[in-house]
Amino acid sequence: MEETKEHKIVSFKTYIIILFLLISHTALSVFVTQIDLGNLSVIVALSIAALKSLLVFSFFMHLLYDKRMYAFMVAGVLMVMTLVLIITFLDYGF
Amino acid sequence: MTENNTHDHYDHEGSKLGMWLFIFTELLFFGGLFIVYAVMRYKNGTAFGLAAEELDVSIGAINTVILLVSSATIAMSISSIQLKKTKLTLILLATTLILAIVFLVNKYFEWGAKIEHGLYPGSESLEQLGHGEVLFFGLYYFMTGLHALHIIIGIIFIAVMMVKVKNGKLNVNRFVQLENAGLYWHLVDVIWIFLFPLFYLIA
Repeated sequence: MEETKEHKIVSFKTYIIILFLLISHTALSVFVTQIDLGNLSVIVALSIAALKSLLVFSFFMHLLYDKRMYAFMVAGVLMVMTLVLIITFLDYGF
Repeated sequence: MTENNTHDHYDHEGSKLGMWLFIFTELLFFGGLFIVYAVMRYKNGTAFGLAAEELDVSIGAINTVILLVSSATIAMSISSIQLKKTKLTLILLATTLILAIVFLVNKYFEWGAKIEHGLYPGSESLEQLGHGEVLFFGLYYFMTGLHALHIIIGIIFIAVMMVKVKNGKLNVNRFVQLENAGLYWHLVDVIWIFLFPLFYLIA
């Protein structure tokens, strides 16, 4: 049986643009953390990392083009991780 | 496809779903380690900050760029196999493979320099630095080491894909294995995207 459903072919141009964004955000995060912002630099560095991984998930891993189910499942896993992080910190900080 | 194909089961969507489920276990695996890091850092903030300054930001940044480019090349190889450009697919996969090896070479020199300075788990000079530093370098070696193990597995995975593309086992009609190799490689990339700021940048 042949697969009849067409798979989306993502253009090289899209990948190059995303790569450019990823590299420029890496440079930005290096630059920002060289300035002394105290605890703010942790938040900035991790926000940039989160944005970069969002780009990788959406474009490189095709979550944007594949069935919605995959995106929902990834979101679910990330929610579980966040929940465990919060529950762990209930024992330590807050 | 006809009778010679009766034992040849192919389910693109099912294969991809299976790969994603594996990726979720990997995310939770590393996620657990990131939570350990978060708690340790919360308890030993100053020591972690000082220890992080020992790491070379430029090597970390170069390795980040290497992995990002390799992620883009393997993603492009999936487009090119769909466009029936076998040669281009192989070139892109070879580029990914070479970049992965360069990443490991950098890692080798980075670890080597640290070990030469006596900064490795259980070393005398590390014991003298204090509890927080011991934790930082313990996590550093464990997490980047586990990540490097994933890179090595990725290299084998990509090499096998190259052979399969070359002998036509993977082609425009069936390329889900290549897609899965791509997913795995992007996962390795995403993990590094978080390891880099946590160990190198936040000092």
